[in-house]
Amino acid sequence: MTEANYLDGNAAAGALSNMFAMDVTSAITRCEGCGRTAVFAESRLYVDAPGMVARCPGCDSVLLRVVTTPTDTYLDLRGMTYLRVQNS
Amino acid sequence: MGIVSPGFAGHRRGGSDLPPGQYLTREFPVLSAGPTPHILTEHWEFTVTTEAGEQYRWDWAGLMALPAEEVTKDIHCVTRWSKLQTQWKGVSLDTLLADVETGADFAMAHSYGGYTTNLPMDDLLDGKAWITWEFDGEPLTPEHGGPARLLVPHLYFWKSAKWVRGLVLSDSQELGFWETAGYHEYGDPWKEQRYAGD
Amino acid sequence: MKWQVGTVTDVRQETASARTIVLEVPNWPGHAAGQHVDVRLTAPDGYRASRSYSIASAWTGGTIELTVGEVPEGEVSPYLVEVLTVGDPLEIRGPVGGWFVWRPEFEGPVQLIGGGSGIVPLRAMLRSHAVATSTTPFRLLYSVRRPTSVIYVEDLKELAASDEVDVRLVYTREAPAGEPRVGRIDAEVLEQHAFRPEAGATTYVCGPTPFVETVANLLVGAGHDPARIRTERFGPTGDPQ
Repeated sequence: MTEANYLDGNAAAGALSNMFAMDVTSAITRCEGCGRTAVFAESRLYVDAPGMVARCPGCDSVLLRVVTTPTDTYLDLRGMTYLRVQNS
Repeated sequence: MGIVSPGFAGHRRGGSDLPPGQYLTREFPVLSAGPTPHILTEHWEFTVTTEAGEQYRWDWAGLMALPAEEVTKDIHCVTRWSKLQTQWKGVSLDTLLADVETGADFAMAHSYGGYTTNLPMDDLLDGKAWITWEFDGEPLTPEHGGPARLLVPHLYFWKSAKWVRGLVLSDSQELGFWETAGYHEYGDPWKEQRYAGD
Repeated sequence: MKWQVGTVTDVRQETASARTIVLEVPNWPGHAAGQHVDVRLTAPDGYRASRSYSIASAWTGGTIELTVGEVPEGEVSPYLVEVLTVGDPLEIRGPVGGWFVWRPEFEGPVQLIGGGSGIVPLRAMLRSHAVATSTTPFRLLYSVRRPTSVIYVEDLKELAASDEVDVRLVYTREAPAGEPRVGRIDAEVLEQHAFRPEAGATTYVCGPTPFVETVANLLVGAGHDPARIRTERFGPTGDPQ
């Protein structure tokens, strides 16, 4: 492994708690880039502001971006084919 | 507003040389939205694509053949750190674009690894922007955007695209990676234009 | 999820650079072991900084505990470790995280592998196990630089006294007298001290990113089911971002 400058999806839980009613870290995501499905907690999370970027651990393409400004939270999920959770 | 944390000040902010809300650092923080690309100069290319679709290309030798200058600038990151009197070596965009035929008003910088950021053409010309390959007298390291990065110090540093690989010029403004996710489309640190709507 | 204001009711120095903060949070909904909170500090001019910290305690209906390690030149941790005092307010948001959790009703043995500050959520799991008087077999591998780096020294001794819990420290730079080995966790350490793949344990790995990647790869290489390995990365040096 060349460098260690990422965290994982667990660290996005707080920032995303405004957007999702359920815990997003256990949700399954499918990468739009390579088709890999994995638990969101295992995605590589780059948290240096300006914002959080979650990337597919397989192909590195962007799964989601979240930016928290003083007034709003922006969420871009285009990099996921889907986000999947079990019905409660 | 919520509480104030007793005794908390954060990094010391302010000072007459600094734009509003910034603090001075002597370090050079590395902020990344992804893994660091490692591009060998043998493979490096920079492409300018005009609004008419014409392409102008430079390889590393071509870049090195251009007249370079050394510049000393203050840089300001939207995450609030500022670093004063940073030293760079590179070629001015005025020089690079001298023979490019274009009437475009806007540009999108593209980087190896997929990053993009948008700028008005006016902010790339007249001595305001460079493609740089040396920082502090040493070759620019990959973690800081090497082999070459864009330097546009009068705007927040997210506009100074690391690992720059080209400019796409156009008549209409498009928004780049952070600008489509809540950041200001222009980013003037002296007007504290951090976020969209500021 | 909204920010809540907790009040510091106690602080405990764990090591030279780590401190546990005990908080009373009026409407705390409870939490599962392994979850974390976001902490937010606000300066008089309105400037804010926030970081995430794992909850160090099991939920028993009272206070919650966070353990914070001081990051040199950091912005938030020096305040939490050196300035914050009993009686001060602290804004937190949470609990968050549903993947890196252990609940007493989960079945199967549990392998915990922590590096440095990665011990914090794992300790919450061990406390939760004790509070529930669970008979689930638990093994902990805790990697530290030297004996003075160990957080929760007394706690770990107490937990290790239980029949179901096995605690093993791995020293990477300097070991106490009598300790045969100095060095990082490797395949041999896992072979000797971790559950075998056939045991079907759920493994929780937490610590600096390079530590987690290395250990996770070793586990998979030794035949452990990747689906049963849960990870939480704390960044390049293990310090909370």
